[in-house]
Amino acid sequence: MPEPILTIKNLTKKYGENVIFQNLDLTVNEGDTIVIIGPSGTGKSTLLRCINLLTRPDDGQIWLDNKEITARGTDEDKVRQHIGMVFQNFLLFNHLTALGNVKLGLDKVKKMSDKEATEKAMHELARVGLADRADHYPGQLSGGQQQRVGIARALAMDPRIMLFDEPTSALDPELIGEVLEVMRQLALEGMTMLVVTHEMGFAREVADRIVFMEKGYIVEQGSPNEMFNHPKFPRTREFLWKITELYGKKEKEAD
Amino acid sequence: MDFGQFISYIASGTVYTVGVTLVALPSGLLIGTILALLYVYGGKAAARVMNLYSTVFRGIPPLVLLFILYFAVTKGINLSAFWAGSLSLGIVSSAYQMEIVRGALLSVSGDQLMAARAIGLSRLQAIRYVVLPQAVRLAIPPWSNEAAIVIKDSSLVYALGVPEILRRAQLIGASSQRYLLAYLSAAVIYFLLVFGTTRLLAMLEKKLTIPSNP
Amino acid sequence: MLTWLGYFERFGKNFLHGAGVTLELTAIGLAIGFVLGLLLALARCFGPKWLQQVAGAYIAVFRGTPLLVQLFIIYYGLPEIGIAFSQNMAAYLALGLNSAAYQAEYLRGSINAIGAAQMQAGRSIGLSKWQTIRYVILPQALRLALPSWSNEPISLLKTTAVVFLIAVQDLMAEGKRAATATFDFVGVYLAVALVYLVMVFALDALLKFLERKTKIPGMDIETSR
Ligand SMILES: Nc1ncnc2c1ncn2[C@@H]1O[C@H](COP(=O)(O)OP(=O)(O)OP(=O)(O)O)[C@@H](O)[C@H]1O
Ligand SMILES: [Mg+2]
Repeated sequence: MPEPILTIKNLTKKYGENVIFQNLDLTVNEGDTIVIIGPSGTGKSTLLRCINLLTRPDDGQIWLDNKEITARGTDEDKVRQHIGMVFQNFLLFNHLTALGNVKLGLDKVKKMSDKEATEKAMHELARVGLADRADHYPGQLSGGQQQRVGIARALAMDPRIMLFDEPTSALDPELIGEVLEVMRQLALEGMTMLVVTHEMGFAREVADRIVFMEKGYIVEQGSPNEMFNHPKFPRTREFLWKITELYGKKEKEAD
Repeated sequence: MDFGQFISYIASGTVYTVGVTLVALPSGLLIGTILALLYVYGGKAAARVMNLYSTVFRGIPPLVLLFILYFAVTKGINLSAFWAGSLSLGIVSSAYQMEIVRGALLSVSGDQLMAARAIGLSRLQAIRYVVLPQAVRLAIPPWSNEAAIVIKDSSLVYALGVPEILRRAQLIGASSQRYLLAYLSAAVIYFLLVFGTTRLLAMLEKKLTIPSNP
Repeated sequence: MLTWLGYFERFGKNFLHGAGVTLELTAIGLAIGFVLGLLLALARCFGPKWLQQVAGAYIAVFRGTPLLVQLFIIYYGLPEIGIAFSQNMAAYLALGLNSAAYQAEYLRGSINAIGAAQMQAGRSIGLSKWQTIRYVILPQALRLALPSWSNEPISLLKTTAVVFLIAVQDLMAEGKRAATATFDFVGVYLAVALVYLVMVFALDALLKFLERKTKIPGMDIETSR
């Protein structure tokens, strides 16, 4: 019986009058890779930011490892340590080298000694294949390399779960593959991941479950096989067909 | 009196000019930075107060502010003209430096703060280790300009009787009746101070530039 | 606490007169500075090499030394070589020469932003170099410079406060007189500061109005760079 790592119940988020999503439920089991898809403006990014407490939900609860993180008096900084986040536009710290980016959290949050932090950071950089770029600044790295550093930075905190917000959508087609490869490897190693992406090849191959979100609701979720081959709702089929068409082309170009 | 003595008498005022600058500039930076942090991260009410501070202080001629602060300070406590003048100039400068720091803070994108929070840094840590180091680099060119202004404005304490370069030029000009030479010498010294300082800061800026591929 | 506001009753007329002199100093300094600043900017951008260097040196020297020193050189120094000015003339001149250096930099920035492309465009239809400058580059550069240039009048207005040190009868001089009469230095200078603030705000509003009036849609430093 797999253990749920993340449980979301009745989650509601509004920006002023604007309801982004309402009464949303989602469970993520240990070791699962969940891919979230859905049209622009649906609230996918907002959902990830709520999970990481980067923005406060208006109602509902989130549990991480059976502890409610939306409870009053939760130490938010502590929670964020256990949730890794990878951003669409990388958001590396521009004034720090690749190594410095990965080390900062180890140094200031985990309070490791410099030697320990360096060792651990180098290990994470090696994991994403960038040990030889440790002393490069973000401005000296390609987009794909920057995103891999972003992943290493999140991994260094030994998170229980990794959130990816369209990690490849700001990349040139020829750089997408190297990032997806790192993510595929992570999934194989058993990392729990929640991934917003439109890379259907990745979803088909790696996802344990695909979640289709639209206008703040989860329309349908299921295994890749169910979703691609026997979707319950015509809307799901339509959307999947559309993005496979759109992004499939891009993937071909990249080859 | 020979020319060497003439010049060295004026030049010895440099100690005061540099002294005034070295008190005014850092104290203005300290106050300005604190106020800028309050302005940017302190909520709406704080921002409104800081905006008022900035508008009023930058709307009054430095000399007038210097007089107000100088007379107000020396009425309360027994401070020498040097210290009262320098600190007053520091307060004048703080309003300008606040704007410099604020501009730099704002041009480091809010996303950087979010990314820092995402790995578990506290708000204060995120500002300290991620936003400020980047803001400092952006602030150097306008700050260099402000440093030049403070060096030049240090000549205003002449009016308070501090024996800095300009005051000494006046004194020796009067005793030797060679005003032109005296004030030209003063101008040269000021120029060297301003020029040297801006050059130094330009070098610092170059040194701190974050490497990137073109 | 606010007893100093009472000084407006007692010295209001004097302050008003002084403020008039201050505005006059600002206007004349600005005008001298504009003409000379424009010449300097043109010299820097289009002059022969030696002239570019002369203009550059002028700008560096006048920006690199305190106005007060420049003022004293003109008022106390120059008479030694037979060039004597009245207090007001010396003040106009010092403010104008000083402001020219700053105005030249604003104008240079916008001339550069208009750039070589417009020069080529002008020459390509057969205009001479100076005709291109006169009819193509300057009309654009002057409008483009307005937003950054509009710092200068306010900055200059504040700068004029030092000229009372050579006994020009401006607002500061009136303030000093009132201060010695009442012995309330802090209070009087607070009142004086308020008058300066009002002038600065009024000037700022005027400049913002001008900027809006002369705005060319779609044209600013950002888009033309
Ligand atoms: N800070 C905010 N303040 C107000 N509204 C916001 C804010 N952030 C997001 N929104 C709104 O919330 C809605 C959902 O945005 P969100 O970024 O979560 O969508 P998304 O599904 O990630 O879309 P995309 O595919 O474009 O990234 C949008 O309509 C957006 O305008
Ligand atoms: Mg999004």
